[in-house]
Amino acid sequence: MYHQATWDEPLIIEKSQAGKRGHIPTGPSDIERKIAGDLGSAVPMALRRNGLPPLPEVSEPEVIRHFVRLSQENYSPDLGIYPLGSCTMKYNPKSAELAVSTHKLEKLHPEQDESTVQGMLAMLFRLDKILAEITGMSRMSLQPAAGAHGEYLGCLIIRSYHRSRGELEKRTEMIVPDSSHGTNPASAAMAGFKVMVVPSNSEGMVDLEELKKLAGPNTAGLMITNPNTLGIFEKNILEIAKVVHQAGGLLYYDGANFNPLLGKVRPGDMGFDIVHLNLHKTFATPHGGGGPGAGPVGVTKELERYLPIPLIGFDGKKYFYDYNVPDTVGKIRAFHGNIGILVRAYAYITSLGAEGLKTVAETAVLNTNYILSRILASGTYDLPFARARKHEFVLSAKKLYDSTGVRAMDLAKRMLDKGVHAPTTYFPQIVDEALMVEVPETESLADLDQLVEALLGVYREAQTNPELVKDAPHYASVRRIDDVKASHPKTLTLHWNNPTLLENRKVSNEEISSQESKSRLTSPPSR
Amino acid sequence: MAQTSHPFIPNSSDQLRNSMLRVIGIGSLDELYSDIPLEVRLNRPLKVDGFASEQEVRSSIEQLFKENKSGSDYNSFLGAGIYNHYIPAAVKAIVSRTEFQTSYTPYQAEISQGLLQSLFEFESMIRDLTAVDAVNSSLYDGSTALGEAARMAVRATGKYKVIVPRNLHPDKLSVLRNYTEPVGIRLEAFGYDEETGGPDLNDLQSRLDRETAAVYCEVPSFFGTLDADVVRIPSLCHEKGALSIIGFDPISLGGLKPPGEYGADIVVAEGQSISSEMNFGGPGLGIIGCRGENLLRQIPGRLIGMTTTINGTDKAFSMVLQTREQHIRRERATSNICTNEALLGIGAAAYLSLLGPKGLHDLFESILVKTRYAIKRLQELPKASVPRFETQHYQEFVVAFKRAPGITSKINRRLLLAGMHGGKSLVGDFPELGESSLLCVTEINTGEAIDRFSGLMTKLLRGSR
Repeated sequence: MYHQATWDEPLIIEKSQAGKRGHIPTGPSDIERKIAGDLGSAVPMALRRNGLPPLPEVSEPEVIRHFVRLSQENYSPDLGIYPLGSCTMKYNPKSAELAVSTHKLEKLHPEQDESTVQGMLAMLFRLDKILAEITGMSRMSLQPAAGAHGEYLGCLIIRSYHRSRGELEKRTEMIVPDSSHGTNPASAAMAGFKVMVVPSNSEGMVDLEELKKLAGPNTAGLMITNPNTLGIFEKNILEIAKVVHQAGGLLYYDGANFNPLLGKVRPGDMGFDIVHLNLHKTFATPHGGGGPGAGPVGVTKELERYLPIPLIGFDGKKYFYDYNVPDTVGKIRAFHGNIGILVRAYAYITSLGAEGLKTVAETAVLNTNYILSRILASGTYDLPFARARKHEFVLSAKKLYDSTGVRAMDLAKRMLDKGVHAPTTYFPQIVDEALMVEVPETESLADLDQLVEALLGVYREAQTNPELVKDAPHYASVRRIDDVKASHPKTLTLHWNNPTLLENRKVSNEEISSQESKSRLTSPPSR
Repeated sequence: MAQTSHPFIPNSSDQLRNSMLRVIGIGSLDELYSDIPLEVRLNRPLKVDGFASEQEVRSSIEQLFKENKSGSDYNSFLGAGIYNHYIPAAVKAIVSRTEFQTSYTPYQAEISQGLLQSLFEFESMIRDLTAVDAVNSSLYDGSTALGEAARMAVRATGKYKVIVPRNLHPDKLSVLRNYTEPVGIRLEAFGYDEETGGPDLNDLQSRLDRETAAVYCEVPSFFGTLDADVVRIPSLCHEKGALSIIGFDPISLGGLKPPGEYGADIVVAEGQSISSEMNFGGPGLGIIGCRGENLLRQIPGRLIGMTTTINGTDKAFSMVLQTREQHIRRERATSNICTNEALLGIGAAAYLSLLGPKGLHDLFESILVKTRYAIKRLQELPKASVPRFETQHYQEFVVAFKRAPGITSKINRRLLLAGMHGGKSLVGDFPELGESSLLCVTEINTGEAIDRFSGLMTKLLRGSR
């Protein structure tokens, strides 16, 4: 049985003791001080801080022990399987970490003269070409910092495209499937589009007839992931592309689920106009506990004219910043992108090559289907929609909930006791009591078997000892967290010195119940 | 298929694959793809080189990077948004813990307490430094933080005009346009004083009206100036029902007044300087914080809260107010952000814990002294005005050359030959300043390096006409 470390580690501010410090910054020399002169007037009175900044006072060993203890209270892919659906939690090869640990990258400033960063530009130029080949697109922007950031760039390009045709005024609608990632509708809305939702059919794919009804003169585009979030390949993709294109819209590929298609199918060949990749998913760069990631965006030849500036060019002798992008959207972040992540992805791709990338895709699909077959053979969870799945699948624990009162969230929490991460829960929203499982290619057969045992084990426990499951986790660093209390206006605590920001606010019963019902979507039921 | 597996892919050997295929009940891998129409399948290998050994991969990247001249090879005076500061070894050790580095967003809070507590501490420390009510766990970078802040202000006020300083980093302005134009937010710029570089409050007041959602201002400014008048802007905003957004430099808060103390409603920053090396400009650390409940409901991204376990026995941490976010609220979310820059947030928490009150103050003072030292040294430059603006500076300052067009780039080229990076040329983006560049000095620049730089600059300016 797994037991996570529990340190009862205090807040670092509670470890603070006057007079301690953990680092001495380099001060100026005496001569610098002398020439700099008296600092009495160096800062305008109105801008001067009163006293020293309020920070903890801790020595270096105490800081290290604090954060290392905290790190032990954190499950990660380096500890075990992490089947978080749609997040592609692969093992991250360590060679990529060595590739970025050099002053030749760390000490590069983004405004340096081109002539001094030729190696860096060469790599970015090559990465553009490689990712364009992998996706079947014409050219990439490496600027976006994450998948959702790439989606937003895609939406800006779609706006620019329609504007250039004098149609922006009327093309106000972005279509997304009801199974789409939450970022798709959020990105479209951020870019000013009205979100139109196309329902799934009984097979779990886009309902073509409904799509035909939605697509028309107001359609700006369709944002879709393929395979979709159920793990089902949208086999009508060419027909979908035709419907959207005939309506005058553009087709956007959300690359969050691209892992199973590497070297097998390219978005460009499926008719997509714009594509983003999540390098932190498909290309094995570390997720950083939430980030940094990178979300390069590829486009067709026709749309290259809208890409952010600068692109990287090569004149046969040297690499250069290419600002010659006629209708560029400008910039979507400062400087050139999350370079540290781009370099890791480059190292990963070089380790695998064409053959290796294809093996990645096939093995991810093999692993996922192995798990699914074993689960289906057990006669436990239901699998709504068609059987054929690629990188992930979504189980429903609805039957179990109806008979035992144990929810998908409870099952997820109990899985934590078994030394595995839980699947994504309650997503996509078209599956009741959803458990979304994705197992990438980096998991061994023993890991997969452990996950199967965990999924089946918690199911059996829910039937025989439901309280044990509802009360889980028992072996994580802490027991089940009170999420309702965490977000409740009366008890919300966002800061260590100001226990409740909204302490004195009068809260109506209506607000409390609405807060509770919302939080049930993602949280365990209230006590 | 292969006899032996790829090092990253345990189940890629023939034997293992076959046994797994038997469990699935199919004969070949191809059957797993049989639902994909033939027309969309790629019927050739990708044209991607590779399948190299770890040693080969590493040496090919080293070979490529050999051609880069880094800040360690050069005497550099570049800043303008990304800064070369000393990052303590302990910060690097902490962000290299793979428990932090390889995990993802802490959806399962009970096994992610380490990440959650670290980010809660990051949020608390930035909140303490800036004197606002709440800080989120990161956005992509300083420029997107400004974009999100402008949108937040518009949602909170229902007004659609945002006023920004004329002296704004051009990248930031471009990003801001992309975050505002699609939803109909109008941007206006207010000028700076020609002599002091400070905000032109008359110009600002002529633009600040009841339609204004927010005014953005930076301390120090893009030109490195410390403008006392900035502290008057929040109350000017509030009189018109607008919000004040202040951009700050995290290290400067070792000695500068927290923006919350002079009335900022939203604060934003680029936090690279307190969390990581320059890395050619990315990743960055977008910092955003706000005051008051109204804005809190509008803040984008992850927020970490402190609470307890349901049984009440333990302190615990989790993501809070998630109903603002895309994974629940979809098109009605406050932002589309999902993946952020959490690891740099942990780096910043470690950095601020290590430096503590005295360290951050001393570092601020060190940079202040070095900035003044560099200005004094360069004041001897012939036919140049150093600094261009007559006021106090922190970390950066503008040098204007009273010479024929082209001198800025010519000087920078000559400096490069001598192994030095001059400042960022302001010629294209700020034509009103003529030939000029923005120089940056941090604790990395030694007095001796500054002397060599000023010596060469003097020589170059004497030699050119």
